[in-house]
Formats: sequence, C-alpha cells, structure tokens
Amino acid sequence: MATRRARRGARILAAALGVAVWSLIAGGEAAEVMVYTARAHYGQEPAMEAFTKKTGIVVRSFGGESGALFERLKAEGDRTPADVLISVDAGNLWNAARAGLLGKVDSPEIQANVPPHLRDPENRWVGLTVRARTIMYNTQKVKPEELSTYEALGDPKWKGRLCLRPSTHIYNQSLIATMIKRHGEAKTESIVKGWVANNPTLINGDTKVLEAVAAGQCDVALTNTYYLGRILAKNATFPVAAFWANQQTTGTHVNISGAGVTTHAKNRAAAIKLIEFLTSPEAQQMFADANFEYPANPQAGVNPVIAKWGKFKQDDTNVAAAGEFQAAATKLADRAGYK
Amino acid sequence: MGIATVLAVPIAAVVSSLAIPAGDVWLHLWRTQLLELIGQTLLLVVGVGAGTLVVGGGLAWLVVHHRFPGRAVLEWALILPLAVPAYVIGFAFIGLFEYAGPVQGALRRWLGAGARLPEIRSYAGVVVMMTLVFYPYVYLLARVAFREQGAAAVETARTLGRSRGAAFLRITVPMARPALVAGVALAMMEALADFGTVSIFGYRTLTEAIYRVWYGMFDRIAATQLASVLLLFAAGLLLLERHSRGRARFTQTGRRGPVVEPARLCGWRAAGATGACVGVLALAFLLPVGQLAWWAADGIRAGQVAPDFAALLWRTCALAGATAAVASVLAVLLAYAGRLHGTGTVRVAAQLVSMGYALPGAVIAVGVLLPLAWADHALVPPLERALGRPLGLLLTGSAAGLILAYVVRFLAVGLQTVDASLGKIPPSLDDAARMLGARAGSALRRVHLPLVRGGLLTAVVLVFVETMKEMPATLLLRPFGLNTLAVEIWERTSEAMWQEAAMPALTLVGVGLIPVVLLIRLTSRR
Repeated sequence: MATRRARRGARILAAALGVAVWSLIAGGEAAEVMVYTARAHYGQEPAMEAFTKKTGIVVRSFGGESGALFERLKAEGDRTPADVLISVDAGNLWNAARAGLLGKVDSPEIQANVPPHLRDPENRWVGLTVRARTIMYNTQKVKPEELSTYEALGDPKWKGRLCLRPSTHIYNQSLIATMIKRHGEAKTESIVKGWVANNPTLINGDTKVLEAVAAGQCDVALTNTYYLGRILAKNATFPVAAFWANQQTTGTHVNISGAGVTTHAKNRAAAIKLIEFLTSPEAQQMFADANFEYPANPQAGVNPVIAKWGKFKQDDTNVAAAGEFQAAATKLADRAGYK
Repeated sequence: MGIATVLAVPIAAVVSSLAIPAGDVWLHLWRTQLLELIGQTLLLVVGVGAGTLVVGGGLAWLVVHHRFPGRAVLEWALILPLAVPAYVIGFAFIGLFEYAGPVQGALRRWLGAGARLPEIRSYAGVVVMMTLVFYPYVYLLARVAFREQGAAAVETARTLGRSRGAAFLRITVPMARPALVAGVALAMMEALADFGTVSIFGYRTLTEAIYRVWYGMFDRIAATQLASVLLLFAAGLLLLERHSRGRARFTQTGRRGPVVEPARLCGWRAAGATGACVGVLALAFLLPVGQLAWWAADGIRAGQVAPDFAALLWRTCALAGATAAVASVLAVLLAYAGRLHGTGTVRVAAQLVSMGYALPGAVIAVGVLLPLAWADHALVPPLERALGRPLGLLLTGSAAGLILAYVVRFLAVGLQTVDASLGKIPPSLDDAARMLGARAGSALRRVHLPLVRGGLLTAVVLVFVETMKEMPATLLLRPFGLNTLAVEIWERTSEAMWQEAAMPALTLVGVGLIPVVLLIRLTSRR
C-alpha cells in the first residue's frame, strides 16, 4: 500500500519535474499556443480542449474574420503573439502564405494525415476540414437523374429554377477559381455565363438558399453541404437533398478550413504539435461531429446525419488554386455578369 | 488643431493609398461596373436621405406639435430603434418577408401558389430598411429643434393667416434646418459606410465593392483607394450642407418664451397619427426584437448556455463609455473652436475628421492599425533595450488603439449634434460674456455648455450606443481576451447561426435601451 502510494508520489514528482524542465526549455513560461482563428463561430472547438487535456499545452484563441486576422498578423510582424493561424477557405491561407506570414512545417505526421490536394505544396498550411460545394435540389420537384454537373446547370431547362449565392462570396469565388485551374478561363467563363443566362435568383447566405429551395422559390442550387447537415439535424423532413456533382468527370469541388504555423511563432514546437494533433483521426472525428463538415483525414468517419449521402469523388485539384485564381475568378464573374 | 491632426491620421492613411500604383483592378472595375456602383451608391444615399427626412422629420413634427392617443409613450418609444443594430433589423426583415419566410408562406397557403410579394432584396427593400434603421437620428435632432423653437414664430405665422401645414413648411422646417440637415447627413453617411445591410440584401454599392476587392481579390491597396472615393462622397455631402446654409445663421434670441402648444387631433387624423407612429415603431423595433426574443426562447428550450454576460457587459459598456466621453469632449472643443475662429482652418479640420463616419468600419480599423503597428515597431525596441525586458506590442491591440478607432469613426455623430445645438446660441451671448471679462474657456463652461446640454447629452448617448453596436473595428483591433457583446454576436451570425446569436443580441439591445431612455427623460424635462 505504502509502496504503491510512494510510487504514485514519485510518478507525480517525475511528471512535475518533466513539465518544469520542459517549460524551462520552452522559455520559462507555462506552455501555451496562441491561435488566431476564423473558425471562432463554432465556439470552443472540442478538439482544442482535447489537445490541452492530452498535452497540458494551453490553447488561447483570438477570433476574427479571415481578412481582418490577416491584416493584424501582417501589421504585428515579428512581434506577433500568434503561433497558429486557422482560416476558412484555402484562398485565405494561400494569401497568408504568399505574404510570408506562414512558415514551412516539415512534419511527416501531418503529411501522412492529410491527402496532398488538401494541403500547401510547400507545406505552409494544411486542411483541417473539407467543405464540399455541390448541387442541392428540391426532392419533390427534381429527380436526381436530371442532375449531373456544375456545367449542366447552364442548361436552359433550369431557366428561372436556379438559386445561387452572389459571386461576391468567397465560396463561389473559390469554386470558380478551381474551375479556372481545371478548365481554363475561356471554358469557365462560358459555364458561368450559362448559369447567368438561366436568370438565377441571388440570395446571400447558404442557409437562406437552402430555405428558398425547400419553399419552392427555386428547384436547384449550389451550397456547401454542412449547411444542409445542420438543417437536417434539426428537421429530418426538410425536402432538400445533396447531389454529388461531376462524379463521372472531374469530381465535386471541395474547399478547406485549415491551419498553418506563423513565421514568427514564439511557440513553434507546440504549434506544430497542435496541428499534428488536429489532423489526427481522433481530433478529426471531433471536427466532423461538431459541424457536419468532412474530415480532411480520410481515416476519420463522418457524422451519421450526412452519412446517407454516401462517399463521393473529390476534385483533386490542389485547393491552393482557390487562392491562385481568386482574383481571376472575381473578375471573370464580373465579366460574365454574375453579380 | 493638434487633436484634429491625430484623429485625421487614419483618414490620411486611407487617402495616402492613392499614391501607390494600383495594378489593373481599377481598369477592371472601370470596364465592368464602376459607374454602375457609383450610380447605385448615389441612388441609395439619396433614397435614404429622403426617407429619413420624411419619416424622422414627420414623426418629430407629429409628436411635438400635436396631441393624439398614445403620444406620451410614442414620443420616446420612437427613439428605441436606435438600440437595435442595423444587421439585426435587416436579418429579421429578410427572414420574415422573403419568399421562404412565414409571411409569404401564409400568403401562398391562402391565395394559392402564385401569390407573392414584391422582391425584398431590391433597391426599394434596402431603402425602406435603412430608413427604418436610421430615421431616429433625424427624429432625435428634429424633435429637440422643434421643441426649442418655442411657440412665438409659429404663432406669428398663424396670426398672419397661415395654416398649420403652411406654418410647418415655411417656418418650423426652415428654422430647424441645421438639425434636420445634421440628422440627414448622419443617416446618409451611415448608408455610405454600411456593409452588413447591403450584403444581406445583395445590393451593390461602393462599400460592398471595397470588401469584394479586399477579400475577393486580396488587394487591400485598391480597396483602400476605393474607400477614398467614398470619402469624396462624404466631402461632397458636407460641402453641400455648408453651401446650402450659405451665410444664413440660425440663432434663436433670448429665452424660448412659451413652449409650443400642441394641437389636439381628433377622429381619423388622430387615428392616422397614432397609426403612423405605431407602424414605424412596429417595423423598426417590435418586429426585429420580437424575432430575437423568439429565437432566444428557442435557444433556451434547446438547452443553450448563455455566455458570461456580466463580464461581456462590463467590457462593452466600459469601452463605449470611454469612447462616448472622449468623443463628446472632442466634439465640444472642435465645435467651440470652430465658433471662435469663424470659418478658418479649424472648421475645415473638424469637417475632415467627421468624414470618418462615411468609411466602413473595417477600413477605418486598418487606417488605425497601420500607424499603431508602425509606432510599435519604431518605439518598442529602444524601450526594450532601456528596460531590459521584452514588451511585445504596446499600442497594437491595446484598448487605447481601439478607442481611437471608435472616436475617429463616431466623432461625426458627436460633432454634428453639438454643432447643431451650438449654432442656435446667438453670438451676442459670446460677446456679452467676453465683455464681462470671461475668457473663452470660462465662457464655454458657464454660458455655452449649460445651453447645449440637450445636444451634448444626445451626442454622448448616440456615440455610446453606436460604439456598443460597432463590429468590424472591434474585431480587428481588440486586445486579446477582450470580447464584447458585438464580437459574441459576430461569432455566431457570421455563419448564420441566428438562434445562437439571439441572446447576446437581445442583451445588446437591452443595454442600449438604458442610455436611450435616460436621454429621453433628461431631454423631456422642460
């Protein structure tokens, strides 16, 4: 009994010593990571808490819009307290990397966790969750056989039946940007012009678009799938379903929310550790459960609510295209008259 | 003058972006939509100006010059919409009146599938929306102005055979012009700076284009340059106001004399007056707040936990209070300096500083962020060497920096309000005070301040409430760990989680009501 207690005491002592030594190495302060995150609206992410529980490293987060976080990080320069930047949309991460705000991370673990098309070719950022943007249809008015590709939404049979979010939103800009990388500007412009010719109803907000489809204002639309997942979790009879676009051809367009380690991170080791954990199957499962997004790590499962949509082929164009061709996409939309 | 210089730095940072060559974004905009955007922006500003003038001025006239059922309550209740952020009203409206909303849904059930209302995501929709959100500025200022006019001028017109309506148009309105113009100018500048509402309504303006160029083309320089076009608009508005006023002065002599004796309305006129007030109040306040309450109740049923409201509230109020105090002191100083020095450089400086109001919050925020960060990088290293320990960043992300941004953004509100009140004091009073040996400072304290008390209080409350609601600058510049109610709301609404946002939004409205009600009490005393 006494020996067991002594042993336990010794173990605690050793652990405490370990932590003390480690924190000395880490600069004398309690181990922590400062995260600038554009995913603040999902509340305290369970995966962050799990990380703290596991490693003892405290995660402090500072929320804001992607564009605003970028400006702040840039202005703070080498004095920034941020160690990790979490952003939504690959374009934002690409832009941060281009501005030199994110440093290279050479971690075999991260590279094994996430497929190549969902991370930076130069390893400055990596996807945490996958967001598929695909065709949504009213189940009472449209049969799935009538649907096929993004391009086919320009078919005259959808005239007056199509709802889109305005081109001003980054999700659509990224969709068009990826199409430019795939098909080139000329073909993409003709696809977008096809949508515009169908006189789409423009509604700002993916949830709003889905509600319009359900109410019969339009029959088909393009939105991210997790918005539908959220609605279905509350109302299982909502008459809208997801159709996986371009399965016979290029695959469905995907985007990411993702993370990178800042160039001037003060806690670089802990930051890398955090991202390694966030891309692990354990944390990925938490991301998938929390918001009906798809995990970036294919080893994790999806939320039961969206499991019935089945597996789908992702467009394997590297999501960096969303950044590379973002400006071109915005201009293309303007030229095509897509407001 | 020095103050104006500091405050003008962020605006100068915006204008200075014009010096940087802009790449091909401008050419692209010119080819595709620049003229359309400018046209749309002008249309919006004119529509909102006309709307707020008619609604705000009309309601103020109704409640000051008439007596009808419910007037006592409606007179102050009509100010309440001020406490509701524009994005909340906009969202509640869209939710109710869009095709998929309950109103049109009910229409389709009763009248068949073909029944529909005119599209709410339209020019008319945006103008109605913004009029409902911004009319309280005009109403507040006009109400005070109408009241302070006293009865004499109107009575004179009436004895000379003018009808009530004619007396209103020929006497009351022209005499209240500075207040009306100040209110309408504020509403128009708000409309220029607005991003939340136009983006929900899908209406394209210059401000919307600024965000598109910034976030969609990753070109902040071009975005800032577009913002300086907005400044041109604001300058145009202010110049127009100066010009229209010309050399006319709007002082009111002596004590007020007898107060206006309201005319009793009966029959359909009374019903109409009550109906108009209740209608506006219902649309601008009861409906959105009801919607929020509905969502909040839903959230509570679903077992949602409320965030730590005590701490949030305290921080929100502390920031707003500090900003209101600083901005009103500055407003008084600038307005009084302008009065002392006639139409000289001080006036120009004051106007320049006011233009911050027409800039989108995010643009101002970057205009503040860059100089602060620059100062940090220049000053902190030597300081660190002197003290021998790391200091990180001192100004960037400090509460002081955030308050500076708020002041730059909302000084116009204070300045316009104080200036309108100060303009009513006849210069003869200044002369009398000076002849009796009072210095400028003591004249301000003993003569002017007591006389502009109403206007000053209005300024404090307006700035306080505006600061509480402010979102983009707060998000960008706040210190770590300092969340406010607006940040809490943003974290949910940015992903359209309106039910989750309802609780903090209701709290924000509730807290905003306190100073508004206080203002009403204090300015109603005669």
